[in-house]
Amino acid sequence: MIDELGQFALILALMLSLAQAGFSIAGRARRDAALTGAGEGAAMGAFVAIALGFAALIHAFVTSDFSVMNVAANSHTAKPLIYKIAGAWGSHEGSMLLWCLMLTGYGAVMAAARRLPFGLKASAVATQGLLGALFIGYMVFASNPLNRLASPPFQGDSLNPLLQDPALAGHPPFLYAGYVGFSVVFSLSAAALVEGRVDPAWARWIRPWTLAAWSFLTIGITMGSYWAYYELGWGGWWAWDPVENASFMPWLMGTALLHSAAVTEKRGALASWTVLLGIGAFTLSMMGAFLVRSGVLTSVHSFAIDPKRGVLLLGILGVAAGGGLALYAWRAPTLKDEAVFAPVSREGALFLNNILLAAATAVVLIGTLLPLIRSAIDGTPISVGAPYFNTTFGALVSPALIALPAGALLAWKRGDLPAALRRLWIAGLAAAVAILATFSLVTPRSLLAACGIGLGVWVIFGALAEAAERVRLFRAPLQEVGRRTLGLPRGAWGMTLAHIGIGVFALGASFETAWRAEATEALGLGQTMHLGGYTLRLERVAQEFGPNFEAERAYIRVTDASGALLCEAEPDRRLYAAGGQTVSGVAICPRLLDDVYVVSGEKRLGSSPAGGGGPQRGGGGSLPSSAAANQALSAASGGARVIAPPPPLRGPPPPTGEENATYLVRAYWNPWVHFVFAGPLIMALGGLVSLTDRRLRFAVTARVRAALAPAAAE
Amino acid sequence: MSLLPKSRTARRRLMTLSVAAPVLVLAVAVALYAMRGSISFFYTPSQAAAAHVPTGQAIQLGGMVRMGSVVKKPDGEIDFVVADKRATSPVTFKGELPDLFREGQGVVAIGAYDPDGVFVAKQILAKHDEKYMPPELAAALKKQGEWRGDGAQPTYGAAP
Repeated sequence: MIDELGQFALILALMLSLAQAGFSIAGRARRDAALTGAGEGAAMGAFVAIALGFAALIHAFVTSDFSVMNVAANSHTAKPLIYKIAGAWGSHEGSMLLWCLMLTGYGAVMAAARRLPFGLKASAVATQGLLGALFIGYMVFASNPLNRLASPPFQGDSLNPLLQDPALAGHPPFLYAGYVGFSVVFSLSAAALVEGRVDPAWARWIRPWTLAAWSFLTIGITMGSYWAYYELGWGGWWAWDPVENASFMPWLMGTALLHSAAVTEKRGALASWTVLLGIGAFTLSMMGAFLVRSGVLTSVHSFAIDPKRGVLLLGILGVAAGGGLALYAWRAPTLKDEAVFAPVSREGALFLNNILLAAATAVVLIGTLLPLIRSAIDGTPISVGAPYFNTTFGALVSPALIALPAGALLAWKRGDLPAALRRLWIAGLAAAVAILATFSLVTPRSLLAACGIGLGVWVIFGALAEAAERVRLFRAPLQEVGRRTLGLPRGAWGMTLAHIGIGVFALGASFETAWRAEATEALGLGQTMHLGGYTLRLERVAQEFGPNFEAERAYIRVTDASGALLCEAEPDRRLYAAGGQTVSGVAICPRLLDDVYVVSGEKRLGSSPAGGGGPQRGGGGSLPSSAAANQALSAASGGARVIAPPPPLRGPPPPTGEENATYLVRAYWNPWVHFVFAGPLIMALGGLVSLTDRRLRFAVTARVRAALAPAAAE
Repeated sequence: MSLLPKSRTARRRLMTLSVAAPVLVLAVAVALYAMRGSISFFYTPSQAAAAHVPTGQAIQLGGMVRMGSVVKKPDGEIDFVVADKRATSPVTFKGELPDLFREGQGVVAIGAYDPDGVFVAKQILAKHDEKYMPPELAAALKKQGEWRGDGAQPTYGAAP
């Protein structure tokens, strides 16, 4: 019953989105506030309707209603409650519902905004309604999460165990809040093109949306990266996988947009470029959804696919992005964009930043799509490896980071580069010391990594120098410094934080990539292995039980060079009976900035050090869990899958003794890896701090104050 | 200043171009340079044999793990045979296999052939989903008439 009500609510939301677009377009054409008001009401109604549908899906998951197809395919009664709820967006259908929830939610907030002028708002609400109708229509007709099953099963198939994880429960909502946040910027950009007006006020209106979307996207990507780091068990945090790139490209473009919008807001320049970025950011977000959900590219994160849906999503992408870009091609030449600026000025530096970020986005896009293009041309399947991305992305982003501290210190209109560089002498000195120290002290030597460290230090100290400059630290009496510190707008603090964040990230990424260590060994009980300066000793292995899995857990004592105990690592291998999958549970021993990362592997019988057993022949998976997994698998798939009987053992049977069993233990030492995750979080914090800037809410007062006190700013 | 064009628009364009052009050149140059070393081709064993893949060239090898071919040595090395319908290729890999690696199922190995014709894998592609099949592998198998849609995996004869 609740499920049917949810279905009804989704269809109602589709109708309301269409009404939202229709009323707003008609109201804009006739300049009728009553009609546009109805459009805004429909936008809020669509959000409420989608929220009801979403609640119905959550209800079905929480009560384990297996007559709903999506629940039967992705849930299980034995699953913990949080993962039952997270299961609602773990599947393709559920994630599209989450997407629509965000889309209509942002639309409703925009419809409720009071500052926007009549024409711009009506056009933007109409565009948002059209986007909503596209995606809700796709969900209702092609990927309905609330569809019933004719004959409900007794038990569900469970959510993929890799996805049963707190970071991943939160990852999609944040990521989608980011992706879809750009939809408002898209709508406002399209509206600006329709209205033919892009001015500093418009740039200020898109600012909070861009900031919110960018901050959420930053958090979402970081959570996803952290999840991949500790759940997938390969010890890395970024692989330039298509699915990762899909989320990274809108982020890059959103970063460019934040900076170019600042130029448009302060100087009225780069107007049509800002509009193009506004359209581009959401286009790349939609493309991300298409790449992830259509399965056209090989990805370690890929899920089983339905080609029909891929084609439909591509169609939506074509209609929405094509419409936006066509509108741009048609209307952009009419935008006034006459401001000239000097090359050495804040806007000149921001322009350079934008060119570099756009180029970086382009090389990532080319690398991601090249396999697709190549196989379309001559059918040759190729793959583009991580070295391509590291080289191209590094080469384009390093100049941006080198220019960053100086650019932030330049004045608008006409900057003084020598003066800016003089203020950066501490940062320059710190960077030089960091490069020299890293290059001479850390082995094996790596000049590239040392330069990366230097770059990070340069950016961090540069951001601090910029903040110090603003409050006149050491150059004015302490009282004035205090007054200026308190009076500094939140936007400035946000910028400083975000720049420090990128510096921190550069430190971590450079150090971790260059000096991580890895070791793999088959350990018997009581045996030890060495990794970096650490010693790992396998103490014991025990069979244990979780809520919906059974685990083979290894207890490994990690000690440092002096013999002091670092931690007891407890990596495990979990068998989830419901889906028949084995998953490695990683154990991480944090130490200040570093992690010791331990994965326990398969048990191997009969491989005594004396070599009496010889190589072991057998199917994949450890002996007990593999057999159980196969049984569970055949039971779960109703016998449709052909499971071969275990192959006969060849040669003399191995000595059965459990005492000779060894376990493959893989361990990584990931130095400074905490910076890799802390950096982006600091950046997101900067974005959120900036979002609370009073100037965004009281734009008029700020403008008056700025007009009254130009002297105070200098 | 006499060298600069007089009109504001032309000056703006000149300025845009003078910043954008070097960046564009840098981007294209770096992208072309980086592509030389990091594009790898995907082959099934019979395609790799037909293409005479040179020793040491990084490729992706995809196919089915032949039943009963997995040998796990005490030192952590794993040998197995990747097969398509027409040819097979021995693979050796040192490291932890993905949790979903099973005999009789599809696999993609990344690495290169050594002089003896053994494929030395540096990485075995992990998957989140046991129903997932890399698109290249699915396409290659379809070409050979081995594809039977989702669910049914082609089965290859047991070890000789």
